[in-house]
Amino acid sequence: MQPEPLFTQRFEIEGKDFRNAGKASATVKTILREIGLPPAIVRRAAIAAYEAEMNVVLYARKGTLELKVSPSEIRMMFEDQGAGIADIGLAMQEGYSTASEEIREMGFGAGMGLPNIKKNSDLFRIDSSVGRGTVLDITIRV
Amino acid sequence: MGEYFHSVRVNEALCDGRMACLKSCPAEAIRVRNGKAAIIEDRCIDCGECARACQRDAIVPQTSSFTDFARFKYTIALPSPVLYGQFRKEVLPRIILAGLRKIGFDDSCDVACASEAASIAIDEFLASYHGPLPLLSPFCPTVVRLIQARFSNLIDHLIPIDSPMEIAAREVKNRKAKELGLRRDQIGVIYLTPCPPKMVAIKYPPRKRYSHVDGAIAISDIYLPLLSAIAELNAELPNDNEPVRGIGLGWPVLGGQVSSLRSESSLAVGGLGDVERILEEIENGKLGDVQYVECQACPQGCCGGSLTVENPYFARSKILSLVARFGSTPCQNRDKIRDLYQKNYFSLPGRIASRPFAPLDKDISKAIEKKRLIQERWETLPQIDCGACGAPTCRSFAEDVVMERAALEECVVLATRRVGLSPPKVGLA
Repeated sequence: MQPEPLFTQRFEIEGKDFRNAGKASATVKTILREIGLPPAIVRRAAIAAYEAEMNVVLYARKGTLELKVSPSEIRMMFEDQGAGIADIGLAMQEGYSTASEEIREMGFGAGMGLPNIKKNSDLFRIDSSVGRGTVLDITIRV
Repeated sequence: MGEYFHSVRVNEALCDGRMACLKSCPAEAIRVRNGKAAIIEDRCIDCGECARACQRDAIVPQTSSFTDFARFKYTIALPSPVLYGQFRKEVLPRIILAGLRKIGFDDSCDVACASEAASIAIDEFLASYHGPLPLLSPFCPTVVRLIQARFSNLIDHLIPIDSPMEIAAREVKNRKAKELGLRRDQIGVIYLTPCPPKMVAIKYPPRKRYSHVDGAIAISDIYLPLLSAIAELNAELPNDNEPVRGIGLGWPVLGGQVSSLRSESSLAVGGLGDVERILEEIENGKLGDVQYVECQACPQGCCGGSLTVENPYFARSKILSLVARFGSTPCQNRDKIRDLYQKNYFSLPGRIASRPFAPLDKDISKAIEKKRLIQERWETLPQIDCGACGAPTCRSFAEDVVMERAALEECVVLATRRVGLSPPKVGLA
């Protein structure tokens, strides 16, 4: 049997690089659109990708996004080297945020990022260790 | 995808293949093949940037010419208020309207007053709207086309209010038909346009079956005759009692719509790049606390349109001085407009269709495979986006090769390597 076709692309995301913040998720959106996935699915993936990318930019030194697109699902794996999350349960609550004054001043840190990612994905896994970093594994079914 | 009207076309006889247009296109819709530019129809978003970039005038705006209107018994010029900013400060709108009658139109009609009506209608719409925010202005045809192509999730954010051009055209056509005892189809309403894309709004109004406007002439095409007519008139007409007035005068400049509204949480964005960025943000669920976003493809708003004559910054200052002098006296009765709004006089029915770019393949499995091949191909290319192959970027060339629209041999940089010449000192080693 033929293996399922698979498109993969890897993105590097720099922490605190606000000039390029949002570019990876915008590229993800373009790719999904070119492939011809339905707009509603593209939008969910784009929102999840954007929130996760901004988390890396805001809270980590750097990170990577591994995008995998198959006919059945979109999978996005974010891995960052950053502070990590001490209490994931708390971080998943809407409105909870550890963002600094500075970050809030920029219009981020409303505590909706992770809940929003979860809301827009079909499968969502988060692993984090304090002082090392965070892994997000996001799957959206096609 | 079928036939779709575009507001610019390549005149191959004039095209010298110098590729200024290639890089100017924000949609990567141009390819230069055999020394001639060609527009990929279903990618074009009608921004007209290519026509602006071409030094040879080989990209021709598809506006009307005077002879197109010979079939009408009576013609009415409907100038975009941008025209008011194209002359010296002393030349007031009513002199310009008189000048239009002098150069051969049977009548002329102000549009700024219809802009004021549209502003009031938008106020009313915003006041009773409870759906997702922000709402988007639907008046720049390029922005509408961009949303149809790339932001289909935002189509319902486009406010369903008719454009000032249509409001004014309908009103004057009905009034004149009655006055003169003519049928509506015997009266030609001709828009004087600052940009080619308005032709798209006239030929294919996004929500309607037909437009009340019968064609459009470029402001740059009537400028000279109008200028001499105005010079003759200026002596005859006294300068007081300007009848063209109201806040709608400000619509030609970026932010003119926003400042005519009551809403305090609206903003204006000009320039396709910034419009795209803000639409991305809105699609990502941001800006939900903003009520209305005025989106203009041209950075200075309509007075920066490619078919205007005056420097857009001068034009802007003239428009603003008109607003300062005549903007605060309303030309519409708010209660009357409100009443008409309640009767759906300004509302547009139906939904704007999305027109997404064609995907790489209709079959998702095949599309994914093609995307993979494009990525692979791109990695072998010089990645300097030189354009010598006739595609604007190495990525679009990789796509053209995989889609069999171009041959890999057309890459000049790879070709020099292949024959053992030292390649240009650019890109990957």
